[in-house]
Amino acid sequence: MTMSEGDLAVAKIAFVRDTVIDPRKPPISMTGPWAWLRERLLSTPFNVVMTILVGALLAWVGYELARFLLIDAVWTGVDRDACREEVQQRAIGACWPFVWERLNYFTYGSYPISERWRVDIFFAMLAFGVVWLLSLNAPRRDLGAAYFFIIVPVTSFILLSGWEAIGLRTVDTSLWGGVLVTIVVASVGIVVSLPLGILLALGRRSDMPAVRMASIVFIEFVRGVPLVTVLFMASVMLPLFVPEHLSPDKLVRALVGIALFASAYMAEVVRAGLQSMPKGQYEGAMAVGLGYWQMMRLIILPQALKVTIPNIVNTYIGLFKDTTLVFIVGIFDLLRTIEVSRIDPKWAAPVTSTTGYAVAAIFYLVFCYAMSRYARVTEERLAKSDKR
Amino acid sequence: MYKIASLFALAVLLAAQGASAQTLKTVKDRGALNCGANGTLAGFGLPDAQGAWTGLDVDFCRAVAAAIFDDPNKVKFVALTAKDRFTALQSGEVDVLARNTTWTSSRDTSLGLNFTGVNYYDGQGFLVRKSLKVNSALELNGASVCVQQGTTTELNLADYFRASKMTLKTVTFATANEAVKAYDAGRCDAYTTDASGLYSERLRLASAGDHIILPEIISKEPLGPAVRHGDDQWFDVVKWVHFAMVNAEELGITQKNVGEMLKSDNPEIKRLLGTEGAFGEQLGLTKDWVVRIVGKVGNYGEIFEKNVGQGSPMKIARGLNGLWNKGGLQYAPPVR
Repeated sequence: MTMSEGDLAVAKIAFVRDTVIDPRKPPISMTGPWAWLRERLLSTPFNVVMTILVGALLAWVGYELARFLLIDAVWTGVDRDACREEVQQRAIGACWPFVWERLNYFTYGSYPISERWRVDIFFAMLAFGVVWLLSLNAPRRDLGAAYFFIIVPVTSFILLSGWEAIGLRTVDTSLWGGVLVTIVVASVGIVVSLPLGILLALGRRSDMPAVRMASIVFIEFVRGVPLVTVLFMASVMLPLFVPEHLSPDKLVRALVGIALFASAYMAEVVRAGLQSMPKGQYEGAMAVGLGYWQMMRLIILPQALKVTIPNIVNTYIGLFKDTTLVFIVGIFDLLRTIEVSRIDPKWAAPVTSTTGYAVAAIFYLVFCYAMSRYARVTEERLAKSDKR
Repeated sequence: MYKIASLFALAVLLAAQGASAQTLKTVKDRGALNCGANGTLAGFGLPDAQGAWTGLDVDFCRAVAAAIFDDPNKVKFVALTAKDRFTALQSGEVDVLARNTTWTSSRDTSLGLNFTGVNYYDGQGFLVRKSLKVNSALELNGASVCVQQGTTTELNLADYFRASKMTLKTVTFATANEAVKAYDAGRCDAYTTDASGLYSERLRLASAGDHIILPEIISKEPLGPAVRHGDDQWFDVVKWVHFAMVNAEELGITQKNVGEMLKSDNPEIKRLLGTEGAFGEQLGLTKDWVVRIVGKVGNYGEIFEKNVGQGSPMKIARGLNGLWNKGGLQYAPPVR
């Protein structure tokens, strides 16, 4: 209890407020959606014009998309007649019954129908592993890593290609197709390219001439040749040199090609991160007596990789879309199965091809956007330490 | 001296036997036929909604497998592009190439292929709008024609118009898909490609009924399966599978009635079905090889109708692919 408080309570002066006035609301033009509109979209006459133009463009594209994919779309039917204007006598958009009938083919390719549960288990195992590893508050993420990098690849291999000894029929990889192949190729590329890329990047900056030269030659050679050429050579030239029963499976050839290719690009991305580390970090690590691998593992790589996350994800997204190139080797990835399906005379109609490509676009968009969002979230989480 | 000569002869014979028996033996040991197929051509090689391969060329490979294994499903189909198909055959990646391949002299000789027959007589044709009121390709003077770039089709087109002293305006596109779209949008008077392709592309047009395929065929495109040089026994096997299917159609043997036909008294049928003679064994197969082919896959007419004819959306008429005694070109030497 202080003096002043007591004094005020005694001497009640009529013209002095004893309570705080609520702050007045800012003018309507300075807050809320209206202010946002004014400031961001309508600040100058030029911006007003641009806003109107872009708005009109968006509305037009949005309407056309909705019209094709939803409003005019055909939802039921048994063959091409359902999706043809001359039969239905109305404007026709996407032909969904075609996609519906071909959905299993898009997912599994020619994988034997009685064995498709094995592919489902593979998808489930992979999804579980991804969620476990990527969600930050999941328990025992070290176990999750072991599960993802050891258990999943081994069991998937046995599950998908079969092992007669435990009663799983052998399924030749020429029968694999659709989303299955896209996911297998992309995950092998993604999982192999990061560790291999880090090793190559470290090799390129190594003091040992043999290691450095080998890394430089590998990276420059692989980066200097288009992926299409690598795959084409593997499919066409390899069988000419190696007897048929010794030459590896087509899918394996493509997997190796893509994994090596992605590693070379990843190496350059990681090297950029390594070079951005100030020399003091290396010197500091050495000063406290860390060996080379400890220094890399504990000090340099955690910082370098953090810097390169946007580029790593960029490489992953590029890789995910590059998987469509395996069609060169006669492998039926998702895009190829769509390409094949749109030729089917049973569904031949003017809209069939467009519908098929729309499905491919949606699939790739969903996956690539998910990757890019996750990278963004991770980046923000790691950036918090910088803002402190 | 005599002894040495006979030993030498035996060695040569064995070596020849070894070389020639290789592919059939390899296929039998492997337990499956490796068949190079198209994978993206309706009616000839295309996986269906269940992922099972369908088509005329595909059924031909099934017939070869049926003749060897009595099981049409012992085939591994390898999807090949136009570029890598010959390498795949030469390198032994596939045992037989059934991928709508045109039989030409250079392919038969310098590429080292042996074409085993013609399972589809194709040729380049024209698709036009009915409203154009044109009934013959010779009335196309001054017409604009949509065509795929860099193909023999484009060259044939120019040759034909020059030989017929007509003027031509070609509109070229990188892919067949674009060319058809442009034709449908009215950018050209006609669209040209192989006739079998015209039938499947026509289905894709906005109003398929408003277009006709002109009767003129301006090029020869005999499509057939091929094998490698240097294995005569395998060449014979693949060649005679086709002949057997044509002979079966000619003699009226179908997938349905092949069981009854075994009791037939017709000597030609008896020889074909192996109830008389040992013609299958001469090929390195079994006596009932044709029963297996026709029973499991069908005769030539049946697989034609199922894949490209009346049983398919393409509805191509037999035309040149009819039997020789019905106005077509399909003719098979007799089994005897």
